[in-house]
Amino acid sequence: MTTKLKRLLGLMALLFALGATAAACGGSGDTETDDAGAEETSDDAAAEEEAAEEDGAMEEEDGDDEAMEDEGGDSDIELTLVSWGGAYQTSQQKAYTEPYTADTGVSFIWDESSADAVAKIRAQSEAGNITWDLVDVVGADAIRLCDEGLVMEIDFDTMVAPGDDGSSAVEDFGENLVSDCFIPQIVYSTTVGYRTDLVGDTPPTDICALFDTETYPGKRALESRPLNNMEWALLCDGVAKDDIYDVLATPEGQDQALAKLDTIKDDLIFWDAGADTPQLLADGEIVIGSTYNGRLFSAIEEQGQPIGMLWDAQMYDYDGWVIPAGLPEDRLQAVLDFVYYATDTQRLADQAAYISYGPARASSAPLVGQHAELGIDMAQHMPTDPANAENIFVTQYDFWADYRDDIDTKYQAWLAG
Amino acid sequence: MTDTVTSPDAGNAGAPPEDGPILAADGTPLARSLNRSVRRQKIRALALIAPLLVFVLISFIVPIVGMLLRSVDNSVVPETLPRTVVALEGWTASGPDDTPPPEVYEAFVLDIQKAADERRHTVVGGRLNYQTAGVASKFRQLGRAAEDIDTSSPEAAKAGLIDVDATWGQASIWQTIQTYDGEYTTGYYANAVDRNLDVDGVQARPDDEAIYLMLFWRTIRLSLIITVICALLGYPIAWLLSNSRERNANLLLILVLLPFWTSLLVRTSAWKVLLQEQGVINESLTSMGLIGSPLPLMYNQFGTIVAMTHILLPFMILPMYSVMKTIPPSYVRAAKSLGATDFTAFRRVYFPQSVPGIGAGGVLVFILAIGYYITPEIVGGTTGIFISNRIAYNIQSTLNWGLAAALGAMLLVAVLVLYWVYDRVVGIDNVKLG
Repeated sequence: MTTKLKRLLGLMALLFALGATAAACGGSGDTETDDAGAEETSDDAAAEEEAAEEDGAMEEEDGDDEAMEDEGGDSDIELTLVSWGGAYQTSQQKAYTEPYTADTGVSFIWDESSADAVAKIRAQSEAGNITWDLVDVVGADAIRLCDEGLVMEIDFDTMVAPGDDGSSAVEDFGENLVSDCFIPQIVYSTTVGYRTDLVGDTPPTDICALFDTETYPGKRALESRPLNNMEWALLCDGVAKDDIYDVLATPEGQDQALAKLDTIKDDLIFWDAGADTPQLLADGEIVIGSTYNGRLFSAIEEQGQPIGMLWDAQMYDYDGWVIPAGLPEDRLQAVLDFVYYATDTQRLADQAAYISYGPARASSAPLVGQHAELGIDMAQHMPTDPANAENIFVTQYDFWADYRDDIDTKYQAWLAG
Repeated sequence: MTDTVTSPDAGNAGAPPEDGPILAADGTPLARSLNRSVRRQKIRALALIAPLLVFVLISFIVPIVGMLLRSVDNSVVPETLPRTVVALEGWTASGPDDTPPPEVYEAFVLDIQKAADERRHTVVGGRLNYQTAGVASKFRQLGRAAEDIDTSSPEAAKAGLIDVDATWGQASIWQTIQTYDGEYTTGYYANAVDRNLDVDGVQARPDDEAIYLMLFWRTIRLSLIITVICALLGYPIAWLLSNSRERNANLLLILVLLPFWTSLLVRTSAWKVLLQEQGVINESLTSMGLIGSPLPLMYNQFGTIVAMTHILLPFMILPMYSVMKTIPPSYVRAAKSLGATDFTAFRRVYFPQSVPGIGAGGVLVFILAIGYYITPEIVGGTTGIFISNRIAYNIQSTLNWGLAAALGAMLLVAVLVLYWVYDRVVGIDNVKLG
């Protein structure tokens, strides 16, 4: 009897531990749990909404005009925006939401979940309870979400303002429109920073300094995912820039890139968050490393660290808005209204006063002014500035959407080996 | 005699015939009356544990079943491409350039046109891309092109599709669809053990793409190492705790519990400060002149082992302590009085009695360790990560939830198997939490 009881207790303990494991695994476990709870709440919400509508309908009969004219009616709209936190989110608040709130009374809640946005939008969609209204993601994530049908398609003729130089929105964004579901805000780049006091008299001038451990001995930091690193490795291994993605599509090419990375493997530290490399540079842990250009700008100009940066072979990427599919009509209208405002020419140019990322509209470039606090000209710190854009890569989204899983498996096997 | 026992009118209350059923005060047979009150008690007891039961059901059983289902679910392919799946039945490619009959193309184009309207063509493309790299963009491309393909005749559809992209004129993409045309698939499990399921069956992946089995092995190996280190470090502390005077024991217990109560993230970050290259340990060693260049203490397995051992140590000490508290000191004294040396008394008398504590702590620490996520993520670098980090990656980054679920299911099975082995070798009765 007691034996059985103990066995049962043991199994229960095991179940709990497994639950913890499932929770640790981050998604499948607690997503399902969310489902159960979320569905209930969405039902409740639906019921409440119905009730509210009935009330509303009655009120409207009483005083139609009053409801229409009352500006305060708009102000109880509250939109949930998802972004990256930090200086980037602050720049969005200063340039987009604060003036919008002042004009319309619409208020905003910020959720700093962009890094996990893809998985979370999918979980919300499966639970049938979309709690986010507008989500800031990078181009690659936007494509993935669009592919999965989790975010809505954008009609660039009606949902987005035309450029203030008279161009249509499609012309104005140009080739920055990488997905049907994605309204780009900024062009950022992944590039390389180095410690000015650790590189001697010959500071690095090109990307291959990353692989030159003789001239620049010391640790270097690269991102823990294969994107960018594979391209740079091939470039520095003598592959012509135009051929890189063709080479990278073949198993031999992937091996070649990994072999090049292997030459510096012992000196590599891998980062996941954009703040890692500036911190490692500031600590003197590394001599050179890759990160986002805005992080380097902040470390160099705002914090005055002994850090220099390269623009050579910078890897262009986009960041912008996606709207979750299946929003209720009233929230959708509110979101579309905000998006129309927040992605126009002036707003995108305004954002550049707070962070050194290039506006995604061509018509915004001439309007880029000075840093809001430091008062320095921002144009020359933009990845899109002609002087900086002599040798650039534009992230090949289609290529990575196809080959990411394969290359990533190899890359991780190489890392762990 | 016996056949009269259950007769309902066997007697009146208070005056039962000697051989009839015993009656309760209200005249009902005692057995029934007892059963009823026992049942009532059972229901009350059940009502008391019902909240827990519901909670366990919702938060543990349902997700686990959901995970198991997801690891074999492949419904997106037959649901999005129903006509293609039927048309492809019976076709076998004779060579890499062999194409299916035109009817397959017609069925496929019709399926894709419908799917593109519902924006589902990219979903199925993404699903198949997990198996064959390069498929996703072919399906995405079809979203716009499919409308213009002429479906007036099967031949026209075939020519039109191959015109969009030459890939559709090769056998491989059709074989991929054919392999994954069922409602359920074992493909995710094949991937989870570094295999690929294709038209010829399950194939081993090349060595440079094999990662999951190695990670499983590493997770189990490191968890065992951590468990053993915890036991070695925790045993003397637990002994000290249970054998000191109460005041000292309480102080010691607080020292054990204080880190236990501190946030996991804080403790892991603290280890980061200590172990990094310019960290406290390396700096002190360098300034004392003991080492020339900093030691790599973090972003490797060493970092993971050190940080996790520290974090899991209380889970080892507390069960050991509660077991050791119950071991009467007189046993060891008796052994010594009979001539045993200190060591013999410990080995033959004390230690065997403390084994249930080691067992409980060991199982607890090992099972917690095997599913650990955040600490390896922060201090493990690339060589010190666990399988759970890879599961999280598949959930958050690649959205390959099927593979994540298959890996999770395998982890679950691994734990169950180890639990069974433990039961066989040590005996689960030999586990005591106090």
